[in-house]
Amino acid sequence: MYDTLTPSQARDMLSAVAQHLVANVDMLTEVDQAIGDGDHGIGMRRGFAAVEEAMATIDPESVSKVFKAAGTTIMAKTGGAAGAVFGTLFRAGSAALEGRPALDAEGLAGFLLLGLEGVEKRGGAQPGQKTMIDALAPASVAAEAAIASGLVVAVRNATDAAKAGVEATKGMIATTGKARTLGERSLGHPDPGAVSMSLILEAMRDYIAA
Amino acid sequence: MGKPKKLLNNPVEVVSELIDGLVAACGGDLYRLDGRNAVVRTHIANDKVALLIGGGSGHEPMFPGFVGSNLADGAPCGEVFAAPTPDLIVDTLSAIERGRGVLMVYGNYAGDNMNFDIAAELAEEAGIVTRTVRVWDDVAAAPPERMTDRRGIAGDFFVIKVAGGAAAELDNLDEVYRVAIKARDNTRSMGVALAAGSIPETGERTFELPEDEIEIGMGAHGEPGIARRKITDADAIAEEMTNLILADLPFSAGDEVALLVNNLGATTCMEMLIVSRKVHQLLQQRGIVIHRTDVGSFLTCQEMAGLSITLMKLDAELKHYLDMPARSFAYSRA
Repeated sequence: MYDTLTPSQARDMLSAVAQHLVANVDMLTEVDQAIGDGDHGIGMRRGFAAVEEAMATIDPESVSKVFKAAGTTIMAKTGGAAGAVFGTLFRAGSAALEGRPALDAEGLAGFLLLGLEGVEKRGGAQPGQKTMIDALAPASVAAEAAIASGLVVAVRNATDAAKAGVEATKGMIATTGKARTLGERSLGHPDPGAVSMSLILEAMRDYIAA
Repeated sequence: MGKPKKLLNNPVEVVSELIDGLVAACGGDLYRLDGRNAVVRTHIANDKVALLIGGGSGHEPMFPGFVGSNLADGAPCGEVFAAPTPDLIVDTLSAIERGRGVLMVYGNYAGDNMNFDIAAELAEEAGIVTRTVRVWDDVAAAPPERMTDRRGIAGDFFVIKVAGGAAAELDNLDEVYRVAIKARDNTRSMGVALAAGSIPETGERTFELPEDEIEIGMGAHGEPGIARRKITDADAIAEEMTNLILADLPFSAGDEVALLVNNLGATTCMEMLIVSRKVHQLLQQRGIVIHRTDVGSFLTCQEMAGLSITLMKLDAELKHYLDMPARSFAYSRA
């Protein structure tokens, strides 16, 4: 268990996040085929396979640098809406880590909050529209509330909140993105982007808890 | 129903391979940008306002097939049905920019909007001025009061044709932008799907449609339309689509228009002409004059069967740019 992560450990955690996403590509494809055009999984594989490569060679000077590098890689390699959204999450979120020697609970909460703000600004989506924001926003709130309890609890609570958010998207009607035109036909299915968001936090949780 | 047959090699390489084929077919007019998935004109005049178009692949000949003289100067191509990355867009912007800024024209989809916006911000940091026109011609996608929720479909072509002419003739980015916006705002489309296309990497069809049914208003990625029903005769379907288009702008007696009948992929030329004939009859009855007709494959969705109808209301300026000579892989006019 870690209560703070050094820059090298943050790099290793993001590498584990990348591996976890790549391992779940088929599941993401299935989720997206239900309400999208079925390309979310292969897009995330392009982006996160590249993150794993980038983390293998990066010089981990600071936690903000490794988070920003992950975001830049996702943005450059993924394509589609997912590349812009998840690239923005890491790039905008990394600003909260600037000047911090290590990743702690406060840093994690700051990453999620600034990442959320960045994503909302970029895509114009709000909570309740059946997007990854419906996993990210509750995770951000949960992490913020758990800062005093330390990193292990903060990331665990954030992950639980994101998973609850994924469940909640099943009851939402998509009003943005390509799924928008499905209207009520999108009911009953989780949002693929929200699933990816919860996978990211799940991998962070498992690394930090190990 | 089994998976559709396609002539493919490694499905991951489809975009790369189609670009090589396109460049090879253009006899030196285009080149591929550093082995990446973007095409650029070989000769771009100095001091010209540049035109960049782009989006996800799988809709060929849109977008790279419309890079050519008096058309677009370059096109970054995303993976199949996925927007290109900001890096690729910025590098294409840099390759075509000639000191007077770049107009970007693309279809109105969340992924495209975000990636092209990020690219515009990065370009600005690098000293490249851009303006953006998002095409939203699909009448079926949302009511007129939510125009910005509409998708860009085959109407992309009219906006590209007009913007390409304007970018070749006008020396001011804001003026080219104004003309392109006018083309966009006077263009309306409606599609009908008879059967689904499939994604090369998965082989899966993008939607399921029973053998005897059609869907009016279906989008270019299989997004649901406005009505699914048993197939009827061509004239009835053409009339329903045309009426929805005419009521939306609205188009009225005395208007002069350009007509585009676009093949979504697998429809025969025979059917295209039968529908085009009916649209001509309907517009004549309404006193609407057709200035030009284009019939063919402009924006496809793999082997989707079906077509779309697009009308652009013309004034003297739009007519001028529409009628200018042009030369590219997918569209040439003397």
